[in-house]
Amino acid sequence: MKTLRGWIIRLGGFFGKRRLETEMSQEIQAHLDLHVADNMRAGMTAEQARRDALLKLGSVEALKEAYRDQATVPLLEHLTADSRFALRQMRRSPAFAGTAVMVLTLGMAASVAIFAFVDAALIKPLPYPDPASLVFVTETSAAFTRANVSYLDYQDWNRSNKGLQSLDVFTGGGFLFLTATGAEPVHAGMVSGGFFQTLGVKPLLGRDFLPDEETQGAPRSVMLSHRVWQERFNGASDILGRAVVLSGEAYTVIGVLPADFQFAPLGAADIWTLIDVRNQCAVRRSCHNLYGLGRLSPGGSIASAVASLTVVAKRLEQQYPDSNRDRGADVIPFAEEVAGTFRPILMVLMGGAGLLLLIACLNVSSLVLTRSEARRREMAVRNALGASLGRLCGQFVTEGLVLVFAATALGLLSANSVMQALKALIPKDMLSSMPFLLDLGLNGRVLAYAVGVAALALVLVSLVPALHLAVSKQRNGLTEGNRGSTGRAWRRLGSRLVAVELAIAMVLLVGAGLLGKSLYRLLHVDLGFRVDHLVTVEVAAPDGAYAKPEQSVRLGREIITKLGSLPGVLSAAITTLPPVTYNGNTDWIRIVGKPYDGKHIEVNERDVSSEFFKTIRAKLARGRYFGDDEDISKPRVVVINQTLAKKYFPGEDPLGRQIGDTNLTPNSICTIIGVVEDIRDGALDSEIWPTEYHPFNQDPSTDFVLMARTSQKAEAVLPSLPPAIRELHPDIGSRGEATMEGRINSSMATYLRRSSAWLVGGFAATALFLGIVGLYGVIAYSVSQRTREIGVRMALGAEHGAVYWMILKEAGWLTALGIGVGAGCSIAAAALARKLLFGVASWDAPTLAGVAVLLIFAASAASLVPARRAASVNPVEALRAE
Amino acid sequence: MEDKADIWQGTLALMILKTLEMMGPLHGYGIARRIEQTSGNLLSLNYGTLYPALLKLEQEGAITSEWGLSDNKRKAKFYSLTRAGRKQLEREARDWTQATAILARFLKSEEGPA
Repeated sequence: MKTLRGWIIRLGGFFGKRRLETEMSQEIQAHLDLHVADNMRAGMTAEQARRDALLKLGSVEALKEAYRDQATVPLLEHLTADSRFALRQMRRSPAFAGTAVMVLTLGMAASVAIFAFVDAALIKPLPYPDPASLVFVTETSAAFTRANVSYLDYQDWNRSNKGLQSLDVFTGGGFLFLTATGAEPVHAGMVSGGFFQTLGVKPLLGRDFLPDEETQGAPRSVMLSHRVWQERFNGASDILGRAVVLSGEAYTVIGVLPADFQFAPLGAADIWTLIDVRNQCAVRRSCHNLYGLGRLSPGGSIASAVASLTVVAKRLEQQYPDSNRDRGADVIPFAEEVAGTFRPILMVLMGGAGLLLLIACLNVSSLVLTRSEARRREMAVRNALGASLGRLCGQFVTEGLVLVFAATALGLLSANSVMQALKALIPKDMLSSMPFLLDLGLNGRVLAYAVGVAALALVLVSLVPALHLAVSKQRNGLTEGNRGSTGRAWRRLGSRLVAVELAIAMVLLVGAGLLGKSLYRLLHVDLGFRVDHLVTVEVAAPDGAYAKPEQSVRLGREIITKLGSLPGVLSAAITTLPPVTYNGNTDWIRIVGKPYDGKHIEVNERDVSSEFFKTIRAKLARGRYFGDDEDISKPRVVVINQTLAKKYFPGEDPLGRQIGDTNLTPNSICTIIGVVEDIRDGALDSEIWPTEYHPFNQDPSTDFVLMARTSQKAEAVLPSLPPAIRELHPDIGSRGEATMEGRINSSMATYLRRSSAWLVGGFAATALFLGIVGLYGVIAYSVSQRTREIGVRMALGAEHGAVYWMILKEAGWLTALGIGVGAGCSIAAAALARKLLFGVASWDAPTLAGVAVLLIFAASAASLVPARRAASVNPVEALRAE
Repeated sequence: MEDKADIWQGTLALMILKTLEMMGPLHGYGIARRIEQTSGNLLSLNYGTLYPALLKLEQEGAITSEWGLSDNKRKAKFYSLTRAGRKQLEREARDWTQATAILARFLKSEEGPA
C-alpha cells in the first residue's frame, strides 16, 4: 500500500521536476547554513566551518542524483532523455530516419487497412440482437450443398422442428413501382410473417408483419426501407396506411424500417412484402425458391438444429418421394452465410500484408543494425564513461520506439485512405451485398490491432541491434581498425536477415504469380460464346397485362424486334438467365424410353428465344436450333448442351429422343432437336452442368433478360436500351443494363481473383523492392568493411575478375538461400490459399521457376554495383587508408 | 554491496523515525546530529545519505515536512512523524528488538561450550 503511494507520488514527481530541484537546493543550502553556524559556534573559522560542513555532507552531486532517483521514476527519466537523444540523432541523419519510417509506415498501413476489412467482415458482430444464435437454413440435394427451400417443406419444418426457437423464410424479388415517368423496377425482400421478429429488428414507424400473416389472406401490405421512404416519399410522416401500386396490385404501407437496417443476403432491398402464397410456386413442393432464417433455441446448438430438421426431412422424403427424394436440411451460422465467401481472400490478404510488414521490419532492423555498426565507437565511449549495457540497449529500444511510433501514427492516418480506396474498387452491385463494409474504419479493435502490430514491430526493430550489442564486446569499438570478430558476426546476422527478406519476397511473388495465373486462366476459360460486343438488360412486365402465354410471347417478339432494330445492334434475343450467372434454375427431367429409378436428374433450365444461340454466337454441335414459329401451338422441342448429351445419352444419338418431367406428364414431353456446344451458364470457376434450352415461345414468362449483339462498342449501345423499352410499353420496367464483359468482370469469381491478384501483386512488388534494397545494403556494407582485405588480395595478385566473383558469390549464396527457403514456404502458403486458385496447382513449376529467375536477376543487379566497386579498389589506397 | 545498502537503508529509516518520535519536529541537519550523538559517535554518518531516505519516508506517508525557522532563526525544512509513521516505528522497533534478541542469544550459546 505505502509502496504504491510512494510510486504514485514519484510518478507525480516526474512532472513537477523544476519545483523539486529548487526545493532540493534550498534544503541542502539550509543544511549547510545550519552546520556552518554550528561549527562556528564551536570555534571554527568561517573557512574551516564551511569545509567541515561540506565534507560531512558528502558529494553534493551524488546526493542530488540519489535524491532525484528517489523523487521520480528513473526509467521514465532515461526514456525521455533517450528519446530526446534519438530525435536529435534522427534529425542528423534524415535519410535513415525517413527511409525507416516510410518503410514501416508502408507495412503498417497495409496491415491495418486489411485488418479493418477482416474486422468488418469476420469479427464485428452482425447488427442484430444476439447475432450468434441466428442461423441460415437451407435444403440439401444431390446437386447442391445449399439448395433453396420450398414453401410447403418450410411449413412442415416449422411445425415439427425442435432445435429452433423460430424459423422463417425469405427470397429476393422485384416489383414494378408505378411512377409519373413509367414503371420502375424495385428490389423486394419477400418474407414469411415472423421474419423481422426472428431477426430481432423493430420498424422505425408502424408495425412489421405478423407471424404466419402470409397464410391468412390478409390485404396486401408492404414495408418500406428507410431509403425508399426518404427518396420516393420525401420522408412523409403520414406514410402509414398509404396505398402504393406494385406491379399493378395495390399494397398498403404498414411500416418503415430503420435507416441502419441491413440484410446482406438480399443486398439493398427497397421494399419488403410477404411471400405470395397464392403463387403457383408456393403450392408445389418441388418449387424451391426460398432460404430459411432461424433463431436457435436458448442453449441450442447448430448440430441439434440440423438433427431435428433432418428427422423432418427424412419423413417428408418418405411421404413425398416424388418431390423430396434426397432432400435433406442444412444449418449454418448466419454470419457465415453473410461473409463466409470472403474468408479465403481476406485470409490471403491478411497473410500478404503480414509478410509485407515483416519484411519492412526486417529491413528497418538491418538498417538500424548497419547504423549500430557505424555507432560502435559512440557506444564504446558511452560504455567507458559508465553507461550500463542495459542503458545502451535501452537506447536502441528508444530509437526503435520513436521510429515505430512515427510509423504507427502515419500508418493509421494513411490506413484510413487505403481502406476507402480499396472499398471504392469493389463493384457497386457487390458492395450492396456487403452491408458490413458500410462503417469500415478505424474502430477500437482496429486500433488495438495496430498497437499490437506496433509492439511486434518494435521488438523486431530494436531487439536485433540490442542483442547484437549485448553479444559483441564494446571495448573493441575504441580501437581504430575494428578487425575484431564483430564485423563478421554482424555480417552473418545481417545477411541472414536479408535471406529471410528474400524468402518472404519469394513467397509473396509466387502468391501473386499463382493468383495472376488463376485470374488469367479464369478470364480465358472456354465460355462457348463470344463475350465481346454483347449487352444484357433485365426486363420485367406486370403480370396483370402480360401473364397469359400469348401476351408474353407477343411482348417478347415486340421487344426483340424493337431492340434488334436499334442503331448499332445486330440482333437481339431473350433468355431467362444469361450465361456466366450461376448454375441453378434447375429442372428435374426423365428420359422417355429409359428406366427411371426415381433419382432426380437435375439440369439447368433456360428458356431462350430462337435467335439466342446466334446472338451470343454459340456453336451448334448437332441437329438444329428452334425457330421463332415453334410456339405453344407446335410440338414441344428442346436443345440440350453437350454435357447433358454425354452424361445421359452416352454413345447414343440424342436427336429425336424425348424428355419430360419426373412423371412424364404428357404436356411436359419434348423432343430433342439439337445439341449445342457447352455454354458456360454458371460462374467462371464452376463446372459445366447439363443444360436444356426450351423455346421461350413455348414456355414464356414476364421476367426475362434481353441480350443483344452490337456492331459498335457495346458500352455505346447501353444507354439506348431502357428508353427503347419504355417507349414500347411505359408499364414495362428494365434495369441492370450491362455489357457481358462488364458482368463477367464484376462477377464475384472474377472480382475475388482480380483483387487478390492485384493486392498480393502490390505487396510482392514492394517486398521484392525491399528485399533487393536490403541485399544491396548488405553487400555494399560488406564491401566497405572488406576494402582492406580486398586491397591485400589485389596487392597479392588477385585478378579483378576474382574479386568480382568473390562478391557476387556472397550475394549468390544469400539469394540461393532465400530462394530455397522461399520456395518451400511458397508451396505451403499457396496450399493454404488454394481456394482462390483456379486452374493452377499450388506447386506450379513455371511460376516457381519464373519467380526464382526474377529474384536471381534482381539480386545480381543489386550486387553488381558493389561488386564493381570492390573490383575497382585501388590496392595502394586501400592499404594506405589503414 | 547491494544487500548492505538495503540493511543500512532500513535501519536508517528506523533511526530517523525514532529520532523524530523522541525530539518532535526536526530539520535534516538536526536529525543527522542527533543520530550521531545517540550512537555515541560510533556511527559516522554521511549527512547526504539522509535526504533521499527522508524523501522516501515522506513519499510513503510516514513523515511530513514543512518549512519553518530553527532555534537560531534560520529557515529550514522541519520533518515530523505522522500517525502512520508512529505505527511503522512501533512495528519496526518491535521486529528489530526481536531480531537482535534472537541474534544475541544465538551468539551467546555459540560461545558457551567453547
